[in-house]
Amino acid sequence: MPVLHTGRRRTKLDRSYNGPPRQGPVRHISPAQLNLERVYEQNRINIQKKDATKAPEPAPGPAAKGKPRLLLMGQRRSGKSSISSVVFHKMPPNETLFLESTARIQKDSMHSFMDFQVWDLPGQLDFMDPSFDLDAIFCEIGALIWVIDAQDDYIEAINRLNSTILNLQPSYQNVNIEVFIHKVDGLSDDYKLDIQRDIMQRIQDELSDHGVENAPITFHLTSIYNHSIFEAFSKVIQKLIPHLATLEALLNDLCRSCRFEKAYLFDVLSKIYIATDSSPVDMPSYEICSDYIDVIVDVSEIYGWERPKEYIEFLEGPPWNKKLDDQVACKNAESVIVLTDMKRPIMLREVNQYLALVAIMCEGSHEKMPSVTMNVEATVTGLSEVFEITKHRK
Amino acid sequence: MDNLNNLSIQDEPVASPASEPRKQKKKKVLLMGKSGSGKSSMRSIIFSNYVAKDTRRLGATIDVDLSHVKFLGNLTLNLWDCGGQDAFMENYLNQQRQHVFSNVGVLIYVFDIESRDFDRDLLTYRSIVQALAQFSPTASVYLLIHKMDLIPPVQREDLYNHRVSIVRSKSATFDPTPFATSIWDQSLYKAWAEIIHDLVPNLDQIEKHLGSLGKMIMAEEVLLFERSSFLVVSSWCSKEIFTGDKDNPAQNPTYDRNERLSNIIKNFKQSTSRYTGTPKSAEQFSVFELKMPNFCMFIVKFTTNTYLGVVLPPGEERFNAAMENCYIARKEFEDLDSPAKKSADRGATSESLETA
Ligand SMILES: Nc1nc2c(ncn2[C@@H]2O[C@H](COP(=O)(O)OP(=O)(O)OP(=O)(O)O)[C@@H](O)[C@H]2O)c(=O)[nH]1
Ligand SMILES: Nc1nc2c(ncn2[C@@H]2O[C@H](COP(=O)(O)OP(=O)(O)OP(=O)(O)O)[C@@H](O)[C@H]2O)c(=O)[nH]1
Ligand SMILES: [Mg+2]
Ligand SMILES: [Mg+2]
Repeated sequence: MPVLHTGRRRTKLDRSYNGPPRQGPVRHISPAQLNLERVYEQNRINIQKKDATKAPEPAPGPAAKGKPRLLLMGQRRSGKSSISSVVFHKMPPNETLFLESTARIQKDSMHSFMDFQVWDLPGQLDFMDPSFDLDAIFCEIGALIWVIDAQDDYIEAINRLNSTILNLQPSYQNVNIEVFIHKVDGLSDDYKLDIQRDIMQRIQDELSDHGVENAPITFHLTSIYNHSIFEAFSKVIQKLIPHLATLEALLNDLCRSCRFEKAYLFDVLSKIYIATDSSPVDMPSYEICSDYIDVIVDVSEIYGWERPKEYIEFLEGPPWNKKLDDQVACKNAESVIVLTDMKRPIMLREVNQYLALVAIMCEGSHEKMPSVTMNVEATVTGLSEVFEITKHRK
Repeated sequence: MDNLNNLSIQDEPVASPASEPRKQKKKKVLLMGKSGSGKSSMRSIIFSNYVAKDTRRLGATIDVDLSHVKFLGNLTLNLWDCGGQDAFMENYLNQQRQHVFSNVGVLIYVFDIESRDFDRDLLTYRSIVQALAQFSPTASVYLLIHKMDLIPPVQREDLYNHRVSIVRSKSATFDPTPFATSIWDQSLYKAWAEIIHDLVPNLDQIEKHLGSLGKMIMAEEVLLFERSSFLVVSSWCSKEIFTGDKDNPAQNPTYDRNERLSNIIKNFKQSTSRYTGTPKSAEQFSVFELKMPNFCMFIVKFTTNTYLGVVLPPGEERFNAAMENCYIARKEFEDLDSPAKKSADRGATSESLETA
């Protein structure tokens, strides 16, 4: 079932209790329920596996590009588990205060437009221990995300990052290293940039002292309390997407033909954008589109319950005498909201079960929705094809 | 724009006691509880478009912050946000006793779940309730057991039930309606929507009209939102969502959907305000449409004080017809909403409330 249709949060139905949900999105689940979910998840994975047998199995080993792995590393309490909970499990940021220190490697599999894994590594893990099987961890790696707590003394974190890079360099030269300068909420803009400059300098100096130049390192300023963490992940993930250029070209065409200001292709579950048109990304437009997805998901969760079959029969009977499927114009989710200011509408269109197209339109577009819808339809078809290809090629 | 400390809108030093014999549509609402329990926070979220985290910047309320909130149907809430520090409480209970506790329509009493001295909170509550019984014996009392988010989720329910049963037993002749609330989720909207629902004067009529509109357009649900708080002031559900059993139509199983929807929209208004750079109190959107394979819905700007939300079964034709009919029905509702529409200041009053 597409994420947009089912919502993502579990609700407990109980009328006697007039209060906040007793369970957050992920962590606060009773053991029994957790177990149920595990069983469910297992089944789901098994079913997926069965389905997958129809398509050729991906080759094993590092060549299995289908399932890149993102490693979250860094000092204890730097915020790794918080990041993975907020981005991939929709935990509200303030609930991360209840997270306990991670004792063992947490492996999460994300089944989305592209399957990938997120590994949350405990801060105190010592990789340089010779008994440690580096290969097992780094073989399928797509990106190494190093999280640095910007509100703390970061010298030790940088030293460890440097030695990790130097250690990995000989065997894994092409690993993207993404440094998240994290918890920058509450820091002034100037201070943020100062820190970033300082951290970059320290890493470059150390690496070039060891003769390593041009290692693929990217820096991001992040916080779980705003969209920056999603933006950063978007950029990390985009590097791993095959056919990115094709996706971008399709979005460019759409923006041109419909005079859209900006269009994003989103992974609905994580709200990472996996492609956008070539006009510059600005945080405000990303935020509003991302928040709009939340609205749709949340609203669908509330009203998307399964109607009884007698009711459906009634709706398909006279005077319509048509299957519900034939009464709707589009089988996927569609939505539009007209903002009062400048009459600017925002539209959303589901692409497939994982992806949604969200665009900021220009003034007056709401009156021309039929023609916009046609163009969007064409783009959606194009986008879906790209993902079909990717899936089958592996 | 965000002058957070300037919350008090009209600090009428002391409202004229001989005020309302003829305008009975004014309701006096007392918001009381210990200092720091979260009274001003909830007021500013519900009525002034704050988000939860903005409330951290609120200062303690000095004496009483009085505000007038205009609602549909010519209802005006006189909201008394009573600073909860001991000296003020003393004052309400003694020197100001009659002034504070007479003509009260509603007392909303807020308990901080994390309070370290619950026994003492109870003593204060008791004195307040006694004063209320003396001067406004017919008032309704609502208990908000607040800041539930601070309690680990597994303990919430037990602790809440425990506190409520104790507070109930100290409520004199009143039978308070309890809620567990937090500014961090929709629970706050539930409490306030119910409180407001009990207060709107010509609600019967509004509900009747909503019902006939809903039937005509074959809606599953129709919701009427107050335009700035986005509280659901009235709603109607179809009885024609047939199941095998004719007398037992199906119902949407999400029982807290109204307050969730309020919360969702309120939050999104924050985003749009940030995006467009317009004040949060400004009307942020005019139309919202959503078409899913198994339902569709729209929310449109409706009357002066309201938005209308409609949930429908899927189908393009039904959707378009329903929307058109709602626009036609607007006029009729406009009359119910604000019979005294001519008075030029009505828009202005509710605007100023939102800390423009
Ligand atoms: N201010 C702020 N705090 C954050 C942010 N991200 C995480 N935190 C807080 O940092 C603390 C530690 O977070 P964790 O996610 O448990 O850290 P970790 O890196 O997984 O730690 P280990 O499991 O011990 O390695 C928590 O209290 C989080 O609430 C952020 O962006 N800003
Ligand atoms: N965690 C949590 N904090 C809350 C909640 N509601 C309010 N607060 C915080 O409680 C603090 C005090 O809130 P106020 O609304 O100023 O308290 P008050 O009851 O008006 O206090 P007085 O004006 O002195 O009577 C603020 O920092 C709020 O952010 C809640 O539901 N959960
Ligand atoms: Mg951790
Ligand atoms: Mg206060």
